[in-house]
Amino acid sequence: MKFARSPILNQRLSPGRSRLVVLALLGSFLVLAGRSFYLQVFQTDFLQKKGESRYERVIELSATRGRILDRHGDVLAISTPVKAVWAIPEDARLSPAQLRRLAGLLEMDVRELNRKLATEKEFVFLKRQIPPDVVEKIAALSLPGIHDQREYRRYYPSGDAMAHVIGFTGVEDAGQEGVELALNDLLIGKPGSRRVIKDRRGQIVEDVESIRAPQEGKDVTLALDAKIQYLAHSQLKKAMQEHKAKAGGVVVLDAKTGEVLALANAPTYNPNNRVKLVGAQLRNRAFTDTFEPGSTFKPFTAALALEKGKYHFNTRIDTSSGRLTIGSATIHDAHKHEDLTLAEVVQKSSNVGVAKVALSFPPDEMWQMYSSLGFGAPLKLGFPGEVGGRLRPAKSWKPIEQATMSYGHGISVTLMQLARAYLAFARDGDLIPVSLTRVETPPRTGTPVFSGQTAREVRSMLEMAVQPGGTAPKAQIPGYRVAGKTGTAHKLDGGTYAAKYVASFIGFAPASDPRLVVAVMIDEPAGKQYYGGDVAAPVFAEIMSGALRTLGVPQDLPLKPLIMAEAVKEGV
Amino acid sequence: MLRVNLLLLLVAVLCALGTVSANHRARKLVAEYEREQNRMRELDVEWGQLQLEQSTWANHTRIEQIARDKLGMRVPPPGQVVALESAK
Repeated sequence: MKFARSPILNQRLSPGRSRLVVLALLGSFLVLAGRSFYLQVFQTDFLQKKGESRYERVIELSATRGRILDRHGDVLAISTPVKAVWAIPEDARLSPAQLRRLAGLLEMDVRELNRKLATEKEFVFLKRQIPPDVVEKIAALSLPGIHDQREYRRYYPSGDAMAHVIGFTGVEDAGQEGVELALNDLLIGKPGSRRVIKDRRGQIVEDVESIRAPQEGKDVTLALDAKIQYLAHSQLKKAMQEHKAKAGGVVVLDAKTGEVLALANAPTYNPNNRVKLVGAQLRNRAFTDTFEPGSTFKPFTAALALEKGKYHFNTRIDTSSGRLTIGSATIHDAHKHEDLTLAEVVQKSSNVGVAKVALSFPPDEMWQMYSSLGFGAPLKLGFPGEVGGRLRPAKSWKPIEQATMSYGHGISVTLMQLARAYLAFARDGDLIPVSLTRVETPPRTGTPVFSGQTAREVRSMLEMAVQPGGTAPKAQIPGYRVAGKTGTAHKLDGGTYAAKYVASFIGFAPASDPRLVVAVMIDEPAGKQYYGGDVAAPVFAEIMSGALRTLGVPQDLPLKPLIMAEAVKEGV
Repeated sequence: MLRVNLLLLLVAVLCALGTVSANHRARKLVAEYEREQNRMRELDVEWGQLQLEQSTWANHTRIEQIARDKLGMRVPPPGQVVALESAK
């Protein structure tokens, strides 16, 4: 029997009831359709987000800070991951035994740990920068409310020897001193993130998209030569102890490229352990401290005299009186000389001689020369706290000031500026910029300051200063011709010159074709000796001979024992 | 008509199964890739630590100490050095 012919279908309902049923059914369909429309159209974003959050995860991709390398690729600073342990104090309900275990692993006092956990805050670091293996042990205890996170710690394997150049970073991995700060933008890495799908076991099963690719920090190759740096550091340390000095600095420059091969300061510090650090240790004196250079400034005046053609190498200057009165002030020499030639004025470091030469030039020309040598303005190496020293405008110079400036008083410079200015003599009269990072293609010629002829003549004057009859025979090195100039300057103490000294020596070698410029400054030597020729010159000789040997620079003198004559006392 | 429908159904089912297995294989490969990436990161960290160790051992202070105290080395005095001319 066909369904359509079923007798049940023949029964008639009252029209009102059937209509009611139809309407009720239609109404419920409408409600369903409306609801699904609402969910699909109005709520779709929200729902989709909810769904994604069930399986999608955004993963942070950490980036490492770049390494700092010396010129041969030796590691000077490197980041390696460590862990920080933190707690949600509210969740961290630990039994006394658990607390003791945790405190033991963190190498903390139980009371201190309790004090940290007693805070009202929702988040508290228990300890940072912990080796990962210790944290693994802590994680194995699976204590409630105790978590760990990855962070980086910066290590400086060379320790105090390079502390001032490299500087250091803070806990948050940002540079705070030295190259770490100066080149922070290059070194720092940018963390990235990506979106993935994880299954219920926490495994990544699909790579959805890379939101931001992480950028690893770039490695920085410094100009520094670790061997020469170590040599400079240890020789400076030795001299500091021997002469009971307050501070000191050494700069080694490559005369061909302008690279800073070494830069040592004392006192220094260990960048890996900076618990008891004082300001004096932190200062990178070669950049941030100015001093009155004293006699190391004399060659510049001599160079000006030669350059302008007013004087020649052998022009005689009347220095026999040993004194020169300008206005109410009198300049003295340490002891009387015969009449000296211009070369001998530099060799024997006569204040009177150099002042007389200086006064024959208008202040303008002297200022011009000092300024073009880079004095009075920072070198702009990007080093934190770099200063430019004091070089007053020529208009304000009184004659006595012009005279004292010619032998390095009444003017202040940094050791780095002084070393760089000597590049003009070590090269053929031109100046190139100094560089803290390795230079791949050194400039062939720089900005000319003096003529090649002038530079060569000053070179032989400076060579005379190192030989017997000069102020610095202790700067001699077996096998190499050395040229250089001593400086011994009184220190200004509350406006007057006190019996405190800055002993310095700046020189270059081999004199036939200079390769290195080494500048040594010893602040307040408190022993019996305080002359640059006795205090700084031996340090120079040790560093220079070691550095030349390291670099394999060919010798320009036959090897024979040195003649150590008594140093001529220079004018102070 | 019915036969064609059945054939199409079979094809659809086979395709679906293929998709499932391809997806499964893809996930396995992704997981493996992730494992290798993690290993790379771990090796990177280890390399950094080895570099650190190397430069700690190669510290100049330490080398000088060993050369001086243990091996009794010293810089030769000028009289004992012979400079060789390089053949040109």
